[in-house]
Amino acid sequence: MSASTSLKTPRTALELQRIVVSKLGWVGCGIALLLVIAPLLDIVGVVTINGLSAFSVQLFTKNTGGTTNGLLNAMEGTVVITLFAMLIAVPIGIGAGIHLSEYGRDRLSSTIRFLSDVLTGTPSIVLGYFSYIVFIIGFGWGFSLAAAAITLAILIVPYLARITELALQQVPNSMREAAYALGATDSKVVFKVVLPAASAGVITGTLLGLAISVGETAPLIYTAGWSDFTWTSRTRIPTLWPMPRPSSSCSWCSPSTSACASS
Amino acid sequence: MIPAALCAVVLFLVVYSGQAMIFNGLHFVTNINWDLGDLYSDPVTVRGISVPPGANYGILVFIIGTLVSSGIAILIAVPLSIGAAIYLAEAVPHRIRPALSMLVELVAVVPSVVFGLWGIAVLIPFIGHHLSPTGNGYGLLAASIVLALMITPIIASTLLDALLQVPKENRESAFALGATHFEVVSKAMLPMVRTTLIGGIVLALGRALGETMAVLMVSGGGINILPTSLFSPISTIASFIVSQLDSAEADPTNMSVRTLSEIALVLFIITLAVNAAAKLLTSGALNVRKH
Repeated sequence: MSASTSLKTPRTALELQRIVVSKLGWVGCGIALLLVIAPLLDIVGVVTINGLSAFSVQLFTKNTGGTTNGLLNAMEGTVVITLFAMLIAVPIGIGAGIHLSEYGRDRLSSTIRFLSDVLTGTPSIVLGYFSYIVFIIGFGWGFSLAAAAITLAILIVPYLARITELALQQVPNSMREAAYALGATDSKVVFKVVLPAASAGVITGTLLGLAISVGETAPLIYTAGWSDFTWTSRTRIPTLWPMPRPSSSCSWCSPSTSACASS
Repeated sequence: MIPAALCAVVLFLVVYSGQAMIFNGLHFVTNINWDLGDLYSDPVTVRGISVPPGANYGILVFIIGTLVSSGIAILIAVPLSIGAAIYLAEAVPHRIRPALSMLVELVAVVPSVVFGLWGIAVLIPFIGHHLSPTGNGYGLLAASIVLALMITPIIASTLLDALLQVPKENRESAFALGATHFEVVSKAMLPMVRTTLIGGIVLALGRALGETMAVLMVSGGGINILPTSLFSPISTIASFIVSQLDSAEADPTNMSVRTLSEIALVLFIITLAVNAAAKLLTSGALNVRKH
């Protein structure tokens, strides 16, 4: 803009307008980025600052007692439910991913792919409600670990399958052909050659599933129920325990009540 | 297993809500009154189905609440995420771009309760003190902002990936025609990634429609009134299902539980429609571009 006008022809109005619009556009984009990033950083900050002040050892060692004591029951609930959900979901999800990637050229597989996309888009509360009417009411299990773990597993499987499929497809075909040329059977090719080569992607998918199941809240209210106690011998049915509610749903409950009280 | 699970979900929801569908009829989606009836009196029989006396189920409020809050969230999120993605793709120095884009992507897996918590701790007091005429921060605006925050990373990271994949030749030829840097982005690159952008927006819409906990925490839980302003309390379908669990369980005829499953079915159909639209839009638009 500040270039000496004696050497150049003066800018026309159109040029000026274009330059001004461009500058304004960049400013707008910059502000947008700031507006996106600032609340995200604020979330981290608020959670950290408020969380640190409430941090103590007994948080990890004691059961909850309303607003006092710890969150041991909730943490245990999160860990146990996630563990069982992963135990169910990982074999199914990776198996489905392998099938879709290695043998998935027919009509059936594309149907499966579409349905798995639909399942990914299904709101978690719908799945939670499904488990509620089937497991809790239909099978009469009551609020239980089994119902919660199965619900979360249904939630994670499509993610796992899709990510596994994408990871396996990244493996170059020449590796498969080389393995076949060495006389390997179908299953050997998949499990000894393709799967190890794609392990990084598969592990990423598993971790993503883990993150989803740890953070999931709504369906657990309908399936895991509520418990203020850790998981001990106080079981009504030997195999299906009433479970401590995971920490995520717990944190939903207490702050909202305290916020209502304070406002 | 996956199709089996999905079919089972739909099948059980339909079967279980069958009685509720017969009882509610079409009024279900046009009525704004939600009344569980007198749960402690003897059930009465209406059209051969036993329900608590006075029970009336209408979910128009929740459908409106869901659509409006998600719509406003999209209105907020789309310009923000387009701007942020453009800035990230073109203006941010190469060295800090991975850090920033990773930050944006990380947010996509932050549990929704954390967003809700932030909404209660920061957003609600702010809206209550500075914006809302009644001093009450819980409501449509808070829910929309929290939803917008949750879906911005989805749209932004989708768009960012697409922008980074635009062929170099297209950018360079636009520059060679004398376009300014911003014109290159807005007139040459954005039209190329339009389909991806639309797909990302619709996916984000699906996520916003189904979001439960964060909305429940900040929406104010309005029942039986249609929202009149940005600050009126609302309920979305998903948050309503969660908040009604306790009352529904107290119903001896089970009709409210069945009705809730009909609501879940409605939500499922809405999100299914949105996702199908996303699929159609992305695939159909791609075909057009090939010609």
